[in-house]
Amino acid sequence: MGLKTFKGGVHPYDGKELSKSKPVKELLPKGELVFPLSQHIGAPATPIVEVGEAVLKGQKIAEAGGFVSSPIYSSVSGTVKAIEPRRVAVGDMVNSIIIESDGQFNEVAYEETEDVTMLTSEQIIAKIKEAGVVGMGGAGFPTHVKLSPKEPDKIEYIIANCAECEPYLTSDYRRMVEEPEKLVEGMKIVLQMFPKAKGVFGIEDNKHDCVEALQRLTAGNSRLEVCELMTKYPQGGERQLIKAVTGREINAKMLPADAGCIVDNVETLVAIYNAVRFGRPLTNRIFTVTGDAVVEPRNFAISIGTNYSELLEAAGGLLAQGAKKMIAGGPMMGFALFDLNIPTTKTTSALLCLTEDEASKYETTACINCGRCVEACPEQLVPSKLADFSERGLKGEFEKWYGLECVECGSCSFGCPARRHLAQAIKTMKKQVLADKRKK
Amino acid sequence: MDTILNVTSNPHVREKTDTQKIMLCVIVALMPAALFGIFNFGINALILILVSVISCVFFEWAYEKLLKKKSTISDLSAVVTGLLLAMNLPSSLPWWMAIIGAGFAIIFVKMLFGGLGQNFMNPALGGRCFLMISFTGPMTDFSAFDGFTGATPLASLKAGESVDTMKMLIGTIPGTIGETSTIAILIGAVIMLLCGIIDLKIPASYLITFSIFTLLFAGHGFDANFLVAELCGGGIMLGAFFMATDYVSSPITPMGKIVFGIILGLLTGVFRFFGPSAEGVSYAIIFTNLLVPLIERATIPRAFGIKRESKKGGA
Repeated sequence: MGLKTFKGGVHPYDGKELSKSKPVKELLPKGELVFPLSQHIGAPATPIVEVGEAVLKGQKIAEAGGFVSSPIYSSVSGTVKAIEPRRVAVGDMVNSIIIESDGQFNEVAYEETEDVTMLTSEQIIAKIKEAGVVGMGGAGFPTHVKLSPKEPDKIEYIIANCAECEPYLTSDYRRMVEEPEKLVEGMKIVLQMFPKAKGVFGIEDNKHDCVEALQRLTAGNSRLEVCELMTKYPQGGERQLIKAVTGREINAKMLPADAGCIVDNVETLVAIYNAVRFGRPLTNRIFTVTGDAVVEPRNFAISIGTNYSELLEAAGGLLAQGAKKMIAGGPMMGFALFDLNIPTTKTTSALLCLTEDEASKYETTACINCGRCVEACPEQLVPSKLADFSERGLKGEFEKWYGLECVECGSCSFGCPARRHLAQAIKTMKKQVLADKRKK
Repeated sequence: MDTILNVTSNPHVREKTDTQKIMLCVIVALMPAALFGIFNFGINALILILVSVISCVFFEWAYEKLLKKKSTISDLSAVVTGLLLAMNLPSSLPWWMAIIGAGFAIIFVKMLFGGLGQNFMNPALGGRCFLMISFTGPMTDFSAFDGFTGATPLASLKAGESVDTMKMLIGTIPGTIGETSTIAILIGAVIMLLCGIIDLKIPASYLITFSIFTLLFAGHGFDANFLVAELCGGGIMLGAFFMATDYVSSPITPMGKIVFGIILGLLTGVFRFFGPSAEGVSYAIIFTNLLVPLIERATIPRAFGIKRESKKGGA
């Protein structure tokens, strides 16, 4: 059977068996929770609470700082302890609201909507925006912006990104095993806004039980379709997913909407459902704590803002040999952490603790021009050349060889037999070139 | 947490294959041709192979030792160069000439340009061509095979004589140590293809272009027997699968590989049919090696999604 996919890509060890069979367990946080004001792409949110103020779970604590921005809600009841910069997973210091939980989880009352089919598109968008829903797969692009394309009539596909191609991660998988109906309901709400669109669940064939569950739930609905994809990294990359599902290609200068597509991650669609049906703001998500250094890899339903070290503790902590590498997210695109004293946010889906630091373990040797990076690149670039241009500061050449099209998936570095840090070099140059362009 | 962990940029995992493993696979793939060479030409072939390999490794080690650089001999690329050089020598060559060839290949073609990955032409072929020019007589003396004239099948073809293509497939003919057995070379090629070391872009475009050129311009018309003899004779099989595919001295762009193969096919045809010698593979490859930077610049692959920019949304 010819499974749908894209050209290029790699097959890293997937590690999902560590946590895929572990049911989601609710984890109630203790003590202090941290809510960075930038958990999304766009303007930071503006705090609307003061130090010392009492807050409830589900209470808005920061207002969106513009159209491309998103409000933030407290995931616990308690007292605002401070508003100060705190370190986040990517390493930056971000202004954050710190709330001391009172352990009561007293919640505000939400406005439910019994029949969501009565809502207009504007009402749905308003509810999604108000609930602070952003892309929860990692990018954090505000969902209400994504769902407001210039020409809504041209949207032909709403694609649910169920690929979860990052190794080790199982949060989307558990959601699809345990509550696939919420995902499907979320999709139906989005489809309501785009009458010409078809809803497609793009899912890798290694999650066959989810494929079957989704097929059962979508049977008989002509607007819904399950599209089984080849298990290959980065199948869940937005451009690669669109290509696999629709055959259409977009580049860095285009939006999915230019190809008639809107792509949303599993957790995002569930958050849309919760926001529109129950009026619930985004305060919780599924989070995987895993890796060969963890005593008991688990999937948790967490309160956003919970500290990473608390999550590791809940998974039994580290094995005796300890961890050499800790990563927020998956091993291909996640961020390495030097310390676990950081908060979970809307976009963080996993903590991965590994006993090997493979990125530093091997010494870089001479490039032998073997072309494995070219074969691996899902964007059909020549990573070895781009990395050379980066090292020599050749910005013009970098652009000429389409360096700005890089999606930073890391496939090139993964497969490099000379252990070059190709993706890192390309990312560095990409940042510089983009910064130059903004200056002009 | 007691210790601060190491922070690196993504990705945080790596595939197991490294340069050494790739070189090891090439060495294994060269074994059928090397063993057949020893079977065909006797103990002299074995001695030349050992001398060539050992001197290549020695020259690389000594160069790095003298210049106080970190030794890179463990990547096994010098072993591959030594093996390939030996494959391209006649078994009767004096052993000290092999050492000179190895020295030229490693020091002048490889190390002086910065070592592995920086050489602009295939070191083994550079060494071979250097020996061809310096010691033309011993390098073209193939009489050790049968003790008679030692004319290679290609030379016979050029002289208008007929040849036994079955012998050429098996390899029981005069020639250099590693080039005679088409079957042994193809076994090695299959090993490399299956291990993902090479793909067919360069060998296929090379051999197809050369075949078409032969049919059109060799003056034999559509003579299948002549074509098979041209493909099995000389160094073209060894060249197409083991030397033209050398990563460092071939283009990295997918389209560039095909262009590279086509140029090789044309040049080999020109050298074989219009040049004074019956051979032409080595010179074709080292000459085309020099064109690689130009070929790459002319064949920058269009990135994903770029070509459809104008007619967006086309399914």
